[in-house]
Amino acid sequence: MLKVKDIETYYGSIQALKGISLEVNEGEVVTLLGSNGAGKSTTLKTISGLLRPVRGTIEFMGERIDHLKPEVIVQKGIAHVPEGRKIFPGLTVRDNLMLGASGRVKLSKAQIAEEAEQMLELFPALKPFADKLGWTLSGGQQQMLAIARGLMARPKLLLLDEPSLGLAPVLVQEVFHIIRDINTRGTTILLVEQNAFMALKVAHRGYVMETGKIVLHDLATNLLNNEQVKRAYLGTTKAARRQVVG
Amino acid sequence: MKFILIFLILAFAIVAPLIWTTDYWHHLMVLAAIYAIVALGLNFTLGLTGQLSLAQAAFWGIGAYTSALLTVRHELSFWIGLPAAAAVSALFGILLGFPSFKLSGHYLAMTTIGFGIIVRLVLQNETDLTGGADGIAGIPAPTLLGFDIDDNRKFYYFALGFLILLSIVALRVQHSRAGRAFQAIRENEMAASATGVNINRYKLIAFMFSALYAGIAGSLYAHSAGYISPDTFSFDQSVIFLVMLVLGGSGSVYGTLLGAILITFLPEWLRFLKSYYMAVYGAGVLLMMIFLPTGMWGLLEMIHERIIGKPVEVIPPLDRPGEPRKAELSVGAKK
Repeated sequence: MLKVKDIETYYGSIQALKGISLEVNEGEVVTLLGSNGAGKSTTLKTISGLLRPVRGTIEFMGERIDHLKPEVIVQKGIAHVPEGRKIFPGLTVRDNLMLGASGRVKLSKAQIAEEAEQMLELFPALKPFADKLGWTLSGGQQQMLAIARGLMARPKLLLLDEPSLGLAPVLVQEVFHIIRDINTRGTTILLVEQNAFMALKVAHRGYVMETGKIVLHDLATNLLNNEQVKRAYLGTTKAARRQVVG
Repeated sequence: MKFILIFLILAFAIVAPLIWTTDYWHHLMVLAAIYAIVALGLNFTLGLTGQLSLAQAAFWGIGAYTSALLTVRHELSFWIGLPAAAAVSALFGILLGFPSFKLSGHYLAMTTIGFGIIVRLVLQNETDLTGGADGIAGIPAPTLLGFDIDDNRKFYYFALGFLILLSIVALRVQHSRAGRAFQAIRENEMAASATGVNINRYKLIAFMFSALYAGIAGSLYAHSAGYISPDTFSFDQSVIFLVMLVLGGSGSVYGTLLGAILITFLPEWLRFLKSYYMAVYGAGVLLMMIFLPTGMWGLLEMIHERIIGKPVEVIPPLDRPGEPRKAELSVGAKK
């Protein structure tokens, strides 16, 4: 479905991605792991068109998308839920959701409003706050809203950037539950996470990044038992792992 | 409740010329209506889209000159001058929208100030085209269905009609797809882009609307005053429009109207201060900015909420005891 090949992305003169290649197949949850500064978010931003790769190609459903504008890429079926939620704080929850459908130009206003209603049904935690402004929501609610807004684009592929960041353990579980739920409903997901244990539990396959390169690629179950991954991202003791699970 | 309020305000606007009957007050009312239209235009760029434009007086001037030149030199009807003014001004608005693709904040503000200065210099120095510093005199009064709108009282109702119509349009736009896109750009450009909003396109649309409103107001101004000169369309005037918007309540149509009316009449109410006027005015604006960042409209909304006693809602935490939660199904954790 998505084929990323040898992409190199720069911030000015600093090279953030040094030839990233990865693939996401239809129906999968693929996770991208790595420490801070490894280039995970940069990879997602390059796929969604917020950044332009200097070299390399990105193919989506057999079509080159690496030089398209972000809004066109959304229309092709890739929605990006950015790191730090980035909801629109001064707009109501409902308006935030309706903005998610910006790329679907053929939809009438009534249809968009209707779909926003349906989305509120799917996210009961948001429903009581439909007419509240975005900034009044808690961190967990904002994350739900960011994901729901992404889904309003009816994407084939959803890019999630650190959805569990800064959330209480019980909310982290809820977010991952939602991710699995979205996937079983037929949306492919590329997930960037710091919480490697949870991410590998929900994912089919995983890539591990270090300083702009992919250093490891395997099935999620294998990565969970990989010594290198355990040491770097999971913590070695059972106690530490239990803490992550909550 | 809301409709009763709007009805009362409209009723007041209609009887106001019968309460204050001098021609001078009617003249101020005309100005208030025209300024309100310009400020409504600025609300599209600054209020909704968050693009700081300080060229609003220039668009207003482009509209005024377009309409004046067509009616005086080419003896066309006001009803051709007005749409032409709107169109020419909107075209320049789109042009000024292009720098906003790459510039933001004070860099964009500088660009728009530069544009405003250029427009004024052209009006002043292109004597063959614009009449230079002497301006254009003898601009005819408009006629509507055979009636001449030839005094300030009549023109007030005429301008009020435009103001009401354009206010309704502004409200409709604000709650449309475009209005949401504008606000998304203001809130967070990167997130708006990731959500699929075509940022550049909507910035151009915002600038177009902004200049369109100013152009219409410019035409109305030219035909109500009968005489225009470059001095009117200065940078100072752009700042006054900005103050109207911010003081009234940036981002809100009602707030913008409130600000425009307030700033138009304030000099009259403060006249007793004589030469201290500017100092008091400046201090007032300063205090408002510090203590009422949401403007007069924000204050009124706050008072309204206090009066009807709607308690400030405390948002309950996600997990209330006794409520079944999805998360209890738990992900992955085998026990």
